[in-house]
Amino acid sequence: MAGVTLDTVRKIYTGNVEAVKGVSLGIEDGSFCVLVGPSGCGKSTLLRMIAGLETISDGEVKIGDRVVNQVEPADRDIAMVFQNYALYPHMSVYDNMAYGLKNRGTPKDEIEKRVKEAARILAIESFLTRKPRQLSGGQRQRVAMGRAIVRKPQVFLFDEPLSNLDAKLRVQMRVEIKRLQRALGVTSIYVTHDQVEAMTLSDKLVVMSGGQIEQVGTPSDVYRRPETRFVATFIGSPPMNILPGKVEGPGRVSVGGQVIGVADMRDGLTPGSAIEVGLRPEDVQAGGAGSSSLSMDVDFVEELGATQLFHGKVSGAEFVVQASTGQIPADTRKLTLAVDPANVHLFDPQTTKRLGKV
Amino acid sequence: MEKRAHFSGWTLPLLLIVPQMAITVIFFYWPASQAIWQSFLREDAFGLSSEFVGFENYVSLFEQPEYYRAMVTTAIFSSLVAFFSLACALLLATQADKNLRGGHAFKTLLIWPYAVAPAIAGVLWIFMFHPTLGTLSRPIKAVGLDWNPMLNGNHAMTLLVLSATWKQISYNFLFFLAGLQAIPKSVIEAAAIDGAGPLRRFWTVIFPLLSPTTFFLLVVNIVYVFFDTFGIIDAVTGGGPAGTTTTLVYKVYADGRLGGDLGGSAAQSVILMIIVIALTAIQFRYVERKVQY
Repeated sequence: MAGVTLDTVRKIYTGNVEAVKGVSLGIEDGSFCVLVGPSGCGKSTLLRMIAGLETISDGEVKIGDRVVNQVEPADRDIAMVFQNYALYPHMSVYDNMAYGLKNRGTPKDEIEKRVKEAARILAIESFLTRKPRQLSGGQRQRVAMGRAIVRKPQVFLFDEPLSNLDAKLRVQMRVEIKRLQRALGVTSIYVTHDQVEAMTLSDKLVVMSGGQIEQVGTPSDVYRRPETRFVATFIGSPPMNILPGKVEGPGRVSVGGQVIGVADMRDGLTPGSAIEVGLRPEDVQAGGAGSSSLSMDVDFVEELGATQLFHGKVSGAEFVVQASTGQIPADTRKLTLAVDPANVHLFDPQTTKRLGKV
Repeated sequence: MEKRAHFSGWTLPLLLIVPQMAITVIFFYWPASQAIWQSFLREDAFGLSSEFVGFENYVSLFEQPEYYRAMVTTAIFSSLVAFFSLACALLLATQADKNLRGGHAFKTLLIWPYAVAPAIAGVLWIFMFHPTLGTLSRPIKAVGLDWNPMLNGNHAMTLLVLSATWKQISYNFLFFLAGLQAIPKSVIEAAAIDGAGPLRRFWTVIFPLLSPTTFFLLVVNIVYVFFDTFGIIDAVTGGGPAGTTTTLVYKVYADGRLGGDLGGSAAQSVILMIIVIALTAIQFRYVERKVQY
């Protein structure tokens, strides 16, 4: 088993399009790293460079202690699960899983042992003689996983493996992938645009945008302390509210004249300068009026079952509040929101970077 | 999804299919039935009268050693052309499928030979390989081979195979290229990660996935060699020397037009018709099932 190290890795396509702009990242041996970002952020390109399916324009990719820039995909000792599964349509499930082992000259009885073992783990033993087209989406997904695990590679690479599945199956497979990775302890790199997948699966979460890393950290770090406005609005559902505000003094900002306290605020900000105030919909308490509160005009309410989303405006800016169902009457037109200073995030309007304590 | 048009009466639908039916009947069924009828007739030397002779034309056909020779010639010719044109086209298509600089120009150039008329293609090859005038005969003679397709049957056959293959490559190339582009890229990438080198990838993944295309082309090519190579044979060798390049189709022409034996010629056409019907039937039966993954 081995970790993966990226050192200022770049991908420049013909026509000077820079898809990946100097990414450096260390992925520890045995950990589950998720690359998340909107489409076109370079996450898939980065994964394909680690796999060896794309050339590396600049920088260095290491698997373990070995620089693999010039190493063929076959010799990198990796396995990859593709979005469309990429099963060999003319081979049976058994042959699909055995193919990589056959190519490496594994003895026949060893191949059989490993394929049977993988099939048992994934509960696909009864399909071994079938062709991929005779399988459902979820079963194909399992075969694709099986093809990866029989090889016992150093690193698993996943390229949006669940995005072709329906919502229910996706949740189920997500849990299975996580369990499997824990059991096998193989370093895994997983690409997705789905932030729920990203949060639930990762030990190490990497948020990307525009070919660059926005933030690296544990899922709770990234959620609790987003380093940029992009991360703040990308991670979390519904996304964080961003309000235009003004610096009032140390630990105090105002939004449309209403002053709220802030726990994590950089020292020495000029009073009166513009600032962006971020508040998660689930972090504000409706009802309680205190020293630190905002008033909101409610436009409409979305019912989600266990919770309700109140959409409206706070001093002219769009705002969403999440509350347990029944906590606030659904016909409420005006809300007073208590804001805990610990839950306020501040961002620089120009650089969009977090203005927290240094 | 099935789309069905509904008509209230019979007039409009009949009017709509009449043109197609007319073409099919006038240009296909009528000549075909004429050929069948004629294969049972014997005409006098001047073409003034004919009498019904039953299967006599067929019987005498199968008594001719030349007819069996033409069959063997056709078998050799068609297998060689089918093999080489498929193999070359596949090789070129795999190369063109890579993202090469100037790939479009490469592809366009490869399609050109298909647009050349068979007779013109034949003349082109005659000039290149003419024993005394040919630009390419000189180097062949220079290496010590007594090249003469005008006298040597094997040489004549080689020349025919070359020109017929050359013409058919474009067609096969197009189909193979389309077939290759239909294979999902990720499957090939998965094979690469699974440790298969380019050659192994080709034989274990790409070639099996192309098999429906290959089978289709095989049948089409055999039909092509059987029938459409007439122009090339006529222009290049005229069936000679000494009948060594007379294929079944060329024999139909030679016996009927040149030999004046319309009945025997018609009988040969009918046999060819049966062969092509059989080939098409096999294609439709198996292309859907056997060569499917």
